[in-house]
Amino acid sequence: MFTLYLTIFALAIFVGFEIITKVPPTLHTPLMSGANAISGITIVGALIVAGQTPLGEDALIGIIACGAVIFAMINVAGGFAVTHRMLEMFQKKG
Amino acid sequence: MNASEVTSAFGAGVEAAGWVVPVQNILYVIAAILFIFGIKGLTHPRTAVNGNLRALSGMLLAMVATLLMYKGEMSVWAGWYWWVAGGIVGTLIGLIAARLVKMTAMPEMVALYNGSGGAASMLVAGAVFMHFAHKAAGMAGEGGVTAELIGEAIRAENADPMQTYIATAVSGIIGAVTASGSFLAFLKLRGKFGGASTNPTLKLLNGLFFLIAVAFGVWLVLSPETTWLYWAVAVSALICGVFFVMPIGGADMPVVISLLNSFSGLAACATGFVISNTVLIVSGSLVGASGLILTQIMCVAMNRSWTNTFFGVMAEAGGGPSADEVYAGKVKSTSPDEVAMLLDGVQRVCIVPGYGMAVSQSQHVVRDIANMLIENDVEVTYGIHPVAGRMPGHMNVLLAEADVPYDQLHEMDAVNKYIEQVDVCIVLGANDVVNPDARTNPESPIAGMPIIDVDKARTCVVIKRSLSPGFAGIPNPLFAMDNTLMMFGDGKKALNELAEALKEN
Repeated sequence: MFTLYLTIFALAIFVGFEIITKVPPTLHTPLMSGANAISGITIVGALIVAGQTPLGEDALIGIIACGAVIFAMINVAGGFAVTHRMLEMFQKKG
Repeated sequence: MNASEVTSAFGAGVEAAGWVVPVQNILYVIAAILFIFGIKGLTHPRTAVNGNLRALSGMLLAMVATLLMYKGEMSVWAGWYWWVAGGIVGTLIGLIAARLVKMTAMPEMVALYNGSGGAASMLVAGAVFMHFAHKAAGMAGEGGVTAELIGEAIRAENADPMQTYIATAVSGIIGAVTASGSFLAFLKLRGKFGGASTNPTLKLLNGLFFLIAVAFGVWLVLSPETTWLYWAVAVSALICGVFFVMPIGGADMPVVISLLNSFSGLAACATGFVISNTVLIVSGSLVGASGLILTQIMCVAMNRSWTNTFFGVMAEAGGGPSADEVYAGKVKSTSPDEVAMLLDGVQRVCIVPGYGMAVSQSQHVVRDIANMLIENDVEVTYGIHPVAGRMPGHMNVLLAEADVPYDQLHEMDAVNKYIEQVDVCIVLGANDVVNPDARTNPESPIAGMPIIDVDKARTCVVIKRSLSPGFAGIPNPLFAMDNTLMMFGDGKKALNELAEALKEN
């Protein structure tokens, strides 16, 4: 499995390089905040580990996972919202 | 539970909900495709809003797919209150911050979001690791938790123990460096924490704590039953991140922000290896690649190598001529009225903004002045240097906020092609990125850095508070050139006066 994941990783890096070199400098800030929002995908991991820790089991894991959900959602919600705000400014003059 | 009875990956299903796993996997693939097309949309201002919405729908899809696991051993609903509570709190904080932030504070905001992404990955890896240790403890009888039992707990969820351990350590290191580094970058951008420091001790400490974090990481891989080692990894990497960003200041911020951006993606990617989840690996590496490209662009735009930016020290400014020698008796100052007269009847004007425009928040006045000129049939363009400001594209965002059409924003190379035909070039709060020394003086610390050749314009008006040097700490011969006029004053105030003077003409 590990080699499969490594392959996926390598291919995704190449796809990333291919698309992102086409982004014009004007959009570099929205690209950065948009990409950042995508890195909030770690929310999937946070949801899984938080959801698998019912109270009564190791509560410490639940608390840490809850913290992870908070940080990841700040990243996701804030990242997409602020990118949208910026892009609307670019679009209205398009 | 015996390993052979279960056929699922961590976070994936068990027999009880056999349909869930394939559906989840398909949805994850669709989410990854939406991310790719989302970023593709960002290649043009017209398609960018839709691109961002596509990426957002990919994110929501991935989250829904995760929550489909509704029963069985792997159910994510057993502890639903943890993620409901965290989700509400995080979403509210994120949305409110996104709503309230001023466009001029965007670099700080991006730094904070980067940091929370890194912190999330660091915590997820830690929580997952503790989850396995907890399961192993459940399996252990009198003997206590051993590495074998943890390995069995991991295999029970169809993951590979060695991959999990290594990815956990890597995720902890990258996530923690991203978190603390971004937070320090945030403080620095707010001006709450000193500028650049050339103290070599900081770089030594950075390297030292990195090695300590790696050493704890190796130890963790070798003896995973010692769970506190993960937090030792995380804490030493947090300290490493602080020393990593501490020596970097001012004009190098665009490079750091881009690199931290890349790190936040790579941390998510490493977390993907921890929980054996492909959507995390794909999206994390997309972000990682994006950040690396931006870092590269920023380094090229400053003619500095990666190693020089992060581990080197800028050449001492002492070698060059002193400010007095450069400026003595040659600087011509001017007034808003004179500049207004100068602008009367010209054909081409190019405005070159720098960080000073962001500080004085003068983008709206700039737009007003440009519009007045355009009404008088003057051709107005903006020359944007790639590293002007504190993050990639900083100037573009500010000018877009002021409703400047993006086709007026020209890149450095484009501007340099026609700069000799520009009648008046207005340099607003920029310094090092227009210093002709970079082109003409091979001894200069910024020699070879690509600049906007504003000195080649027929007349160059520099709006600046004083003759104080920019980040490179060197005098700028541009200010003493025959075709340069200095309009001293605070950016916004000076521009307001210029706007008034233009109206009267």
